[in-house]
Amino acid sequence: MTQPPLLAVKDFGLEFRTRGGVVRALEGIDLQLNKGEIVGLVGESGSGKSVLSYALLGISDRAARVTGGTAKFGGIDLLAASEAELADLRGREISMIFQSPRTALNPIRRVGDQLQDVLRRHAAAPGADLSRSLKQRAVQALRDVAIADPERRLAAYPFEMSGGMCQRVMIALALACRPQLLIADEPTTGLDVTTQAAVMDLITGLARERHMATLFITHDLALAADHCDRIVVMHAGHAVESAPTRTLFATPRHPYTARLMSSTPGERSSIASLEPVPGNLPDLKRDDLPACRFAERCERVSERCRREPPRLAADTAHAVACWHPLHRAAAIEEPADA
Amino acid sequence: MHDTPAAVAAARKLPAGAAAAAGAAPLLQVEALHKRFPVAGRRGAKLHAVDDVSLHIGRGESVGLVGESGCGKSTLVRLLARLLDPSGGRIVWAGDDLAEIRAERFARHPLRADIQMVFQDPTDSLNPRFSARDAIAEPLRLLKGLSAAEAAARVDVVAQQVGLPLALLPRYPHQLSGGQKARVGIARALAVQPRLLILDEPTAALDVSVQAVVLQLLAELRRELGLSYLFVSHDLNVVRLLTDRVAVMYLGKIVEVGPSEAVFRAPRHPYTRALVSAIPGQGPRIRLTGEVSSPIDPPAHACRFHGRCPQGEDRCAREAPLLRPVGSREVACHFAE
Repeated sequence: MTQPPLLAVKDFGLEFRTRGGVVRALEGIDLQLNKGEIVGLVGESGSGKSVLSYALLGISDRAARVTGGTAKFGGIDLLAASEAELADLRGREISMIFQSPRTALNPIRRVGDQLQDVLRRHAAAPGADLSRSLKQRAVQALRDVAIADPERRLAAYPFEMSGGMCQRVMIALALACRPQLLIADEPTTGLDVTTQAAVMDLITGLARERHMATLFITHDLALAADHCDRIVVMHAGHAVESAPTRTLFATPRHPYTARLMSSTPGERSSIASLEPVPGNLPDLKRDDLPACRFAERCERVSERCRREPPRLAADTAHAVACWHPLHRAAAIEEPADA
Repeated sequence: MHDTPAAVAAARKLPAGAAAAAGAAPLLQVEALHKRFPVAGRRGAKLHAVDDVSLHIGRGESVGLVGESGCGKSTLVRLLARLLDPSGGRIVWAGDDLAEIRAERFARHPLRADIQMVFQDPTDSLNPRFSARDAIAEPLRLLKGLSAAEAAARVDVVAQQVGLPLALLPRYPHQLSGGQKARVGIARALAVQPRLLILDEPTAALDVSVQAVVLQLLAELRRELGLSYLFVSHDLNVVRLLTDRVAVMYLGKIVEVGPSEAVFRAPRHPYTRALVSAIPGQGPRIRLTGEVSSPIDPPAHACRFHGRCPQGEDRCAREAPLLRPVGSREVACHFAE
């Protein structure tokens, strides 16, 4: 509790300059990750969840401009760090698993070579195991992600492997240097449910074992619920709610979170019980964006929502950025089951 | 075994007359359908994509098709939509055997309009150079031979049916949102008044909030137009919402088929059990070990799931289980009881 967080993002903003105007992609983002914590960053497309993770790694599009805020990782200021410093950090301290392994892996290089690239780049890193050859460490990296017959797999090309196997290789690449922070951007998109379950178990299993903080980016609330300690919900470039997973599901407080839950088909839903989120994401290029970007889609909207930006209180366990949050129901204490 | 009809009926409003019609001859009857592909570089080897599949879809009935990628569901869909010629078996449509009509001839066949397909990603499946109006009108010209004026009138009607504002019709795909493009895809399929709609992951590319709207639209259209659906999806929670019956495929074969509520609540085949337990947001999961076995010349005398099955026994390696009735459904497992 008293330990400073591993990652602390404060009041972070980012915009894209495009021909059509300035896209205010992120605004006033507060996000904290403690060591070993698995946090889900949940939102629909266009909510800014991937943009945020790219910005943290310093791999944003060239049209991007940080408009304010801070992002500290350990003692390092990610926004002030030089490209060389960031390059040392990436893959060693902070790693990323990308959405589609088939496009993220190099199609014309063998898996073993790609793994050894990462290990060689960070060979001088403190904690690197120099007693073993790069090849031995590459084999171990594949073994860690439960790939059978790793010696033989080193010689394989990505196209020779199934989608689930490619994603395991991506995970092996990301975790080869034992980073402290893993960012997993929709790591199971395009995979079957059974493979999805296996890949998520693998990621969270390794995260727990290595006490690695994980930021899991997904559009799938139920999947986040299965695997995360805490969930941060994003909408149109704002973080609107942050809570421990069980609390969030028991008592969602932001109207958007509640709607997102009721629009997701679940075990007990019927076609009539689905409640779509009304309206569309606001155009982030607009000059007259309401202060709360959900205002135009919200049933509880008041004049204040359009003028005064609601902020997410960073210091409470269950934080909500809303002037008219849903009631704190009686079930605010932890649910007894599960 | 414990299918409570009340719960089933409450969860899903059946279209009027569907139950009665189910007793009559089905709309589509698939018998012992096979599709084998030659394997490049391996003379004589055949990939058994669809292996002895029998399935029926009643009038006004919605049937789900689920299974992992590579299980053959897309091949089966392409066979049923007559985009691909089967290696064997029958596809009986209202008395006619469609399997005898070759795919390239079927493209201009009068029955083409009866079976229409809604494709996965509306961004990929719509021609970027066609406006919404052109995209919806195209099948009307090709299959129904309507004049421009007749087609335009029909486009207005279906656009209204799918809730697409008429003002959006002159727009091109890149000017439409994901949900609007999905509506164009559905309108295009509905334009020629089909009786069976094959929906291949129709909401996979959509955000959940938009998906909910499209699912409700599909349920409503089926009720109003008395359509039959073959609904293919990865998302089992979506399949459960939109179908009366569900067929589970594994490596080219149907391993379990039955009323959706019952199959999802109490799956009988060990593969279905693993599949259902992998749906996020519920209890403990059954972990499958081992790799999917190869669909190339699979052993005829072993269960396809053997090796990955948590309860595989010697018998499973010697004797392939046939699809047999178990209660209200059919299951291909020696140990389904």
